[in-house]
Amino acid sequence: MHFDWSIYLQLSPDGQHTYLQTILHGLGWTLATALSAWIIALLLGAIIGTIRTTPMAWAVRVGNTYVELFRNIPLLVQMFLWFFVLPELLPTAAGDRLKQLPNASFITAVVCLGFFTSARVAELVRAGILALPRGQRMAGTALGLTLPQTYCYVLLPMAIRIVIPPLTSEFLNIIKNSAVALTIGLVELTAAARSMQEFSFHVFEAFSAATVVYVLINIIVVNGMRVLENKLQVPGFISLGGGMSAGH
Amino acid sequence: MKFLSNMLVGLLISMCMASWAYTQTVTETLKKIKESGTVVIGHRDTSIPFSYLDDKQQPIGYSMDICMKVVEALKAELQRPNLQVKLNPVTSATRIPLMQNGTIDLECGSTTNNLERQKQVAFAVTTFVTANRLMAKKASNIKTLDDMKGKTIVSTSGTTNIKQITELNAQRNLGMNILTAKDHAESFLMVETGRAVAFAMDDILLYSLVASAKKPEDFMITSEALSVEPYGMMLRKDDAAFKKVVDNAIIGLFKSGEINQLYTKWFLSPVPPKNINLNVVMSDALKKAIANPTDSGDPKDY
Repeated sequence: MHFDWSIYLQLSPDGQHTYLQTILHGLGWTLATALSAWIIALLLGAIIGTIRTTPMAWAVRVGNTYVELFRNIPLLVQMFLWFFVLPELLPTAAGDRLKQLPNASFITAVVCLGFFTSARVAELVRAGILALPRGQRMAGTALGLTLPQTYCYVLLPMAIRIVIPPLTSEFLNIIKNSAVALTIGLVELTAAARSMQEFSFHVFEAFSAATVVYVLINIIVVNGMRVLENKLQVPGFISLGGGMSAGH
Repeated sequence: MKFLSNMLVGLLISMCMASWAYTQTVTETLKKIKESGTVVIGHRDTSIPFSYLDDKQQPIGYSMDICMKVVEALKAELQRPNLQVKLNPVTSATRIPLMQNGTIDLECGSTTNNLERQKQVAFAVTTFVTANRLMAKKASNIKTLDDMKGKTIVSTSGTTNIKQITELNAQRNLGMNILTAKDHAESFLMVETGRAVAFAMDDILLYSLVASAKKPEDFMITSEALSVEPYGMMLRKDDAAFKKVVDNAIIGLFKSGEINQLYTKWFLSPVPPKNINLNVVMSDALKKAIANPTDSGDPKDY
């Protein structure tokens, strides 16, 4: 066996793109999937996580059920359920419309990955809020703030700062987890590397490219989140700067 | 600077990981089998009736039966009557890398022998001949590949079929949307649930998938053959001694006529787990390959 790096410049069997272009095309889908899903995950996760710390018992139960449902089923199984099972459970007309959506596997992957990760983000947000001293909530109430005001002006701004380091890990996870979408036919980075391997038989060149690209994206994310963390830092409150790289 | 150094370390580590796999290469399979006392056979899980899991999760099938005869020959050749057989599941996508890095010694599945693959691995003499065809729902009225213009087609990743479809799609300017599924069962599911209009695969595998479907009468297989696909057991490249033992064992089956019993058992009789009879009579191409054993990867020779 030998390395043949010129393989990237050879034409793939689709007759239009080189293997390098195939890999870059895959990278595009990986980024699109991961970033869109990350937006869903952050929004839903923040809402559900916050609800789980409110004094409303029924809302807490709903939130807990949501988190346990999406956290306890393997991502691979969830992909399969969203893609193959959900359209069959809907009325025929709605199911058929779902199947005929353009880029059906991309949309399914974004929704599935977004919900899966939102359960994990919700758990982080809840932990962040609970990590605050009890006195903060009481102080908010003592000032005459309503419950939503206490959350908006007192609890959430601090809780978000606490959870930035673990959120970085979740951001990295969602990028890597997007590879699971290849099981429903989305040609993202890993699938592009696999198809390059299968068409050219240059296994190690194909996966070296994918590995290097994943590492590069994730290093950029880690550093970006670190900058964000430093920017948002509140002096005197949990200090993470100054050479300490906590959390990851 | 910290950013740059982090990046460099990350890159270096990933390059090391990628090249690490290179250190493990096996050239002499017979020696390896003798020293370890074990032969590792790669098998498939949904390639009915070649190599698949039965209701007890044991791999069975036409290819598995032939491989067990090869194992008998290996025991005699190496004078190791207690040679252990280790079964290692493989998929269309993993079979070639696992063969190259020495994880498996012999692959017993439904692998097409072609000239391009022969640059990476070797094949024993051909034991089956099939063709690339399309399977679709009867209602969709697909007769040829050209009817698929602008529609969605699925095939299993890592197969010669998906490669051929990709090439034909470009050559004939069909504008098909090509989906990849991880195994044959999932490709079939794509057509069954309407995610794809047709499934391009070796016809013999299509027959068995249709036969075991919930409603076999809903599906049909096109008569247009897109290619000739000879199947052979896959071996490591450049290992003449091992290939000779495997080839001789299989040619022995051909000469003694035992191959006909195996053929009848798997293609003309009900097979587990659902007791489906594929009822596919032996093709002329296969009869020819049995009369004159060949390991050619060129479709013209069949």
